[in-house]
Amino acid sequence: MTATTTSPQGIAGRLRPITMAILAMGGEGGGVLSDWIVALAEDNGHFAQSTSVPGVAQRTGATVYYVEIFPRQPGVEHQPEPVLSTMPTPGEVDIVVASELMEAGRSIQRGFSTPDRTTLIASTSRTYAMPERTAMGDGRVDSSRLVEAALASSQRFIRGDFARIAQDTGSVISAVLFGAVAGAGVLPFTRAQFEDAIRASGKGVEPSLLAFSEGFAVASKPAGKSIDITIGARPADLPDEGPDPAEVQRAIDNPGSLVGARLQAQAVRIGADFPAESRFMLVNGTKRTAEYQDIAYADEYLDRIATITTLESHGDGSNVLTTEAARYTALWMTYEDTIRVAFHKTRQRRFDRVGKEARIADTQVMQVREFLHPQVEEISDTLPTGLGRWLLRSKAMNAIIHRVTHKGLRIQTTSVWGFTTLYILARLRPIRRRSLRFGQEQERIDAWLELARSHAPADYALATEIVLCQQVVKGYGSTHANGLRNFNALMGAVPVLAGDPRAAERLRNLRRAALADETGQQLQSALSASSMSAG
Amino acid sequence: MAERSFATEVQELRLGEGEEFRGEGILAVTKGLLQSGVAYVGGYQGAPISHLMDVLGDAQDILDELGIYFENSASEATAAASLAASVHYPLRGAITFKSTVGFNVASDALANLSSGGVLGGALVIIGEDYGEGASIMQERTHAFAMKSQMWLLDPRPNLTAIVDMVEKGFELSEASNTPVILELRLRSCHLHGSFVAKDNRKPSFTIADALENPKRDLSRVVLPPASFLHEQEKVNKRWPAAVQFIKDNQLNELVAPGERDFGIILQGGLFNNVNRALELLGLSDPFGNSSIPLYVMNVTYPVIDDEVIGFCEGKRAVLLVEEGQPDFIEQNIQAILRRADATAKLHGKDLLPVAGEYTPAAVTKGVLAFVQKYAPELLDQDRLPTSTLPATDPRSPYAERIAPDLVQGRPPGFCTGCPERPIFAALTLAQREVGEHHVSADIGCHLFSINAPFNIGATTMGYGLGSAGAAALNGKDTSSRPIAIMGDGGFWHNGLTSGVGNAVFNENDQLLVIVDNAYSAATGGQDVLSSKADNPLRSTKHSIEKAVRGVGVRWSRTMTNTYKVDEMRDLFKEALTSTEPGPKVIIAQSECTLNRTRREKPLIAKRIKEGKRVVRERFGVDPETCTGDHSCIRISGCPSLTIGPNPDPMRQDPIATVLDSCVGCGLCGENAHAAALCPSFYRTEIITNPSRWDRMKTALRHRYIGFLQRGIERRLAGIDVAP
Repeated sequence: MTATTTSPQGIAGRLRPITMAILAMGGEGGGVLSDWIVALAEDNGHFAQSTSVPGVAQRTGATVYYVEIFPRQPGVEHQPEPVLSTMPTPGEVDIVVASELMEAGRSIQRGFSTPDRTTLIASTSRTYAMPERTAMGDGRVDSSRLVEAALASSQRFIRGDFARIAQDTGSVISAVLFGAVAGAGVLPFTRAQFEDAIRASGKGVEPSLLAFSEGFAVASKPAGKSIDITIGARPADLPDEGPDPAEVQRAIDNPGSLVGARLQAQAVRIGADFPAESRFMLVNGTKRTAEYQDIAYADEYLDRIATITTLESHGDGSNVLTTEAARYTALWMTYEDTIRVAFHKTRQRRFDRVGKEARIADTQVMQVREFLHPQVEEISDTLPTGLGRWLLRSKAMNAIIHRVTHKGLRIQTTSVWGFTTLYILARLRPIRRRSLRFGQEQERIDAWLELARSHAPADYALATEIVLCQQVVKGYGSTHANGLRNFNALMGAVPVLAGDPRAAERLRNLRRAALADETGQQLQSALSASSMSAG
Repeated sequence: MAERSFATEVQELRLGEGEEFRGEGILAVTKGLLQSGVAYVGGYQGAPISHLMDVLGDAQDILDELGIYFENSASEATAAASLAASVHYPLRGAITFKSTVGFNVASDALANLSSGGVLGGALVIIGEDYGEGASIMQERTHAFAMKSQMWLLDPRPNLTAIVDMVEKGFELSEASNTPVILELRLRSCHLHGSFVAKDNRKPSFTIADALENPKRDLSRVVLPPASFLHEQEKVNKRWPAAVQFIKDNQLNELVAPGERDFGIILQGGLFNNVNRALELLGLSDPFGNSSIPLYVMNVTYPVIDDEVIGFCEGKRAVLLVEEGQPDFIEQNIQAILRRADATAKLHGKDLLPVAGEYTPAAVTKGVLAFVQKYAPELLDQDRLPTSTLPATDPRSPYAERIAPDLVQGRPPGFCTGCPERPIFAALTLAQREVGEHHVSADIGCHLFSINAPFNIGATTMGYGLGSAGAAALNGKDTSSRPIAIMGDGGFWHNGLTSGVGNAVFNENDQLLVIVDNAYSAATGGQDVLSSKADNPLRSTKHSIEKAVRGVGVRWSRTMTNTYKVDEMRDLFKEALTSTEPGPKVIIAQSECTLNRTRREKPLIAKRIKEGKRVVRERFGVDPETCTGDHSCIRISGCPSLTIGPNPDPMRQDPIATVLDSCVGCGLCGENAHAAALCPSFYRTEIITNPSRWDRMKTALRHRYIGFLQRGIERRLAGIDVAP
C-alpha cells in the first residue's frame, strides 16, 4: 500500500480522504463497483461518499464514478462529518479504475491518473470506439501505446484482461475489478471485508466471489507480469497477434511440414524458387487456392507469383513485392462467391466453432440459421459463362429470382434440407472454372499483376503499392462493387503517377483515401487533386 | 414501471426520529418531503431528478398511509399549474423537474403562481443539469427565480443540509407567500450519504379538506387590477418577509467571519468544491474549518443586503464564487456594495472562469490567484497543488502524457438490441435510394441518431418539438419533404398539439416518425399514455395512431416491429413519395430493450429452473467469409457488433465479430438482407431443456450432416496438415 492511500495523511502531511475515480461505460456496472466500495468503507468505520453522472449520459457512453473515503477516528464520539468532494481533482486521485484500456487513456488525458500519486487499475481489454469499428480497414488504436502511456502516467499500473476473466467466471467485470482493487492493497480493508461487501449485496454472490478472487490474484502479482491483451497490437511483453513466429520459421526452413501430402511438390517449389520472406504467405496461398478449387489452381497461383519474384533484382532485398503479391493474389484468386460461402458454412470445424462460441452444454440443442441474399449477379456468376450471360439478360429469370430472393433467404444449416442446399451449392465447385465471373476475375488478376510487373524495373516501390491496392476490393454485393470501382480508379491513376519520384507515396495516399469512405468521395477528390498536380 | 426499481430503498422512507438514513440525495429529498407534511407532489421525470418520481411511484403505499396525493404530470407546465392548490388552501405542495428545460415549459404557470402568491408552502425541486454529464443547453435557473420572483435555495451538497432545506423551504414559502425553488446540482442528486431522520408527518390540511371547503379570493387571480397590486406586494411585503425569515433562521452560513481582512462569498452548492480548493492550498481542513472567512449563500436569491455588507465590513477584498453566466449575483453584490459605499473590492469572474463548471480544479486556480493577491504569505509556495501548474510544466496533471489520437470520444448511443437502431438503419437505406432529406430531430434516446454511424438529424428544438422544428421547411414547390422525428414521451408531453396538430392545420408536407418504445425511455423508462404495460396507478394503452387521426392526420401507418428493416425502409420510401397532402405519420413501435430485458430476465430464469423449453438467440459472424469491410457496423453501431483479430493468416484487417452481450434482436440479419450485405451473419438458437422431438431431430441431423461433412474433409485430405 502506498503512503498516500493507507492513511488519510496526505503527501503534504495534511489529513485527506482516499480519492477514487472509476471510468466505465454505461451499463458496465461501474455503479455496482462504487456501491460495493461505499458499503465496504461504511461497514468498516469509514465515511464514504460516491457520486456519478446520471441519465442519458450513461447509455453506453463513457462515464466517471467518483468515491471519497474518510476514516472515523476510533473511539471519538460524534466525530464531525468530513466535507467530501463530488468531483475528482486532476492530480489528486489516489486510485483510478478503468474497465477498458482506452478509458484508462481517458483517465490520463483528464489528469486523473498521474505519475506522482495514482495507482491505475485497468482492464487491458478493448471495447472499440465507433471510429475504430466503422473504419473500412484497420482503424484500431494501438493498445501497446495505451499501455506505455498508462505506465508513464501512474505510480503503479495494475493490468489484466479483466473482461475475459469476467466472461470465464460467468460474472461481471465490476466483480473482477473489485478483486483487483483488493489485491492491489490500496484500500485499508482486508480481503474478507471486501468479500463480505459482495455477500451483503446478495446478487450473484458465488460467481462474483469467483471473479473477485481471479481479479485479486492478478493484482497481487508483481507488476508487469499480469498483462494479457486479447485483441489489438501487443506490447513487447505479449505474444503478438497474427502468424505464430515458429510457424513462419518452419515455412522458411521446411515448407513441406505445413502442407498435406498432395501439396508436397508445391512445397518443394516454394522452398526452391521463392525468397524466404515470402514462403509463409506462399504456403498459405497454395493451401488456400487448392482448397478453393483444386491442385492445378494452386500451381497457377505459384506460376503467377513466379513472374513477380523474377523482378526482385530491382528491389531492396526485402522481397516485399513477392510477399504482398503472394498475399493479395491468393486472396483475389479465392474471391468470395456463393460456392465458397456454401463450402465454409458446411464444414465440420465451422459447426464446432459456432457451438463453442454459443457455449452449448450437452443438455442443450443448437440450431444455426444463415441470412443469405443472393443477387442475380451472384447466381449468374457461378453458372457457366453462356448460361450466366443468358440469365443476366433474361427478364423473366430476373423476375423469378428477384421474387425468390429479394426478401433474402434464411437457411437453417443444421436442418437436413438447409444443409443439403448449401452442400449442393458447394459441390458446384467443378463448374466454377467455366463460370462467367471466374473468367472475369482471372483477366482482372492478370491485368493487375501485369501493371505491377511493368513498373517494377523502373519503380519497385510503385509496383509494390500497385499490388497493395487489391486491399480495397472486399465485401459482397454493393460493397464489393464500390471496392472494385475504387480499385479501377486507382489502377487508372497509375499511368499518371508513374515517373514521379513520389509516385508510390502518392498511390499509397490514394489507397488510404479509397478506404476513408464508402461512397468513394474522398478518393475522387484526391484523384482530381493528384491528376491536376501531375498534369 | 420505471427502468430502476426502488422497492427496497423506499423502506428508508419509513425511518423515524433519530434513525440514520443512508442513501442517494434524491431519496433523501423525498424523505424530507414526507417529514414536512407535504400534501401533494407532482412533476415530470428527467435526469437528474427522474429517480424522485420513480421513488414516489414505488412508495405508493407509504404515500397512501400519509394521505399524500402523487401524480406523474403530463408536462412541467402541468406540474407547475398543479401548485394552484396552494394558492387558496394551506396545502404544502412540491413539484419536480429538470432545471432550465423544465422551467421553460413551466414558466407560464409559475409566473401566474408567483404573481398571486401562495398560502400553503409551494416547493419547486429542480435537478440542475449543468456541467459534465449535462444533456441540455447550459443556462442558469437563477434567471427564472429573478424574473418571477421565486426564492432560490442552493444548499451545500450534504444530505443533512439538503433535507433541512426541504423543510425550511416550505416554511420560507409560507412566511413570504412565495413559491420556493430548491436547486439540486447534478451530482447532489446521485450523492450517496447519510443524515439523521425525523418522523414522517401527515399533512395537517388535506386535499379532501380543500375540496369540501372551496375558497376563492379575487385578489389572488392574475387580472387587473390585482396583477398590479401583486407586483407591489412582491417588493413591499413578500421580499422583506423572506429576508426576515432567512436572517432569523440563519439559512446562510458564516465560517471564521473575523479571521482575516479578506474572504470568500460562495453559492452553497459549491461549498465542497471551495473547501477542497482551500484544503489543497492548506487553508482549510477536511471538516470545513476554513481559516479564510466564508459567507455561504444557501439562499442565492434573494441576496441579503446587510448580511453581505456585514461580511465585507473591514475586509480589503472578497472573492465571489458564482458558477455559470450571466454573473447575476456578482452584479447584485456590486450594486449592494456601491450603494453602501463599502470599501471592500469584489473579485469574481475576473479571477474565475466566466463560463463553465466550477470544478475543484477551476476553483483552486481562482482562489489561488485571489490569495496570491492579498495574502501570499499564507501559501506554501513550493507545495502548491499540481493542478494549478501550467500544462507546460511536466508536473502538471494536464501535461500531455498520451497522444490525443489514442483517446477517442465515446458519446452515449443506442443500447444493445435497441429497437430504435433499426429505424435509423432503415432510414439510412431509404435515403440511399430516394436521396438525403432534411431531418428535424427531437429530445430522447432517438437523438443518438445524430452521432455515428447514422449521422441523421440537423436540429433539435426541445422535447416534443421535432415536428414543429420542421414547420417552416414546408416547401410547396419541391418534392423533397422534411423528415421529423419524435418520441412517444415528447408526443404526449406536447408534440400532439405543437407538432401533429400544427402540421395538420398548416398542411405541412412533412414525414413525421413517432418512435413508440412504450416508455419515456431516455428519462428512465417511465410509463406514458401509450405504454403497453398494465399500471395499477395509471391509465395506459392509449393508441398514438388514434390520437394523430383524431387531430386530422389522414396518412398514418403503425409498424409494430421496427426490426423488419426492409419493411421499414419501404414504408419510409412510400411516405417520402406519397402524394397525400398534409403530414405523413409513421408510428414505429417496439419495446425499449432495457425495460424488456428487465421484465423478461426473471421470467426466463424461472422457466429454465422449471425445466421448460427455452430458446435463446444470438448472432455470429463467420471469420472465413467476413472480408473485414465493416459495412455491417456502419449501418448498425450496436455495442455487441464489434471487430476482432482476423484469424486468417493472409488477411490483415480486423473482422466483424459479435460479443456475448448480443441479445439476438435480429437487426444484423435484417440488415444483411435489407442492405444485401454479406452472407457471414448467422443466428444461433440455443434450446435449453429441449423437447424429446428436439433431441430426436438433432440426433438424426447429426448422422446425416456428419456423413456429408466427412465427405467434404475427404476431398480436402492432403491439402492441409492434419490438425
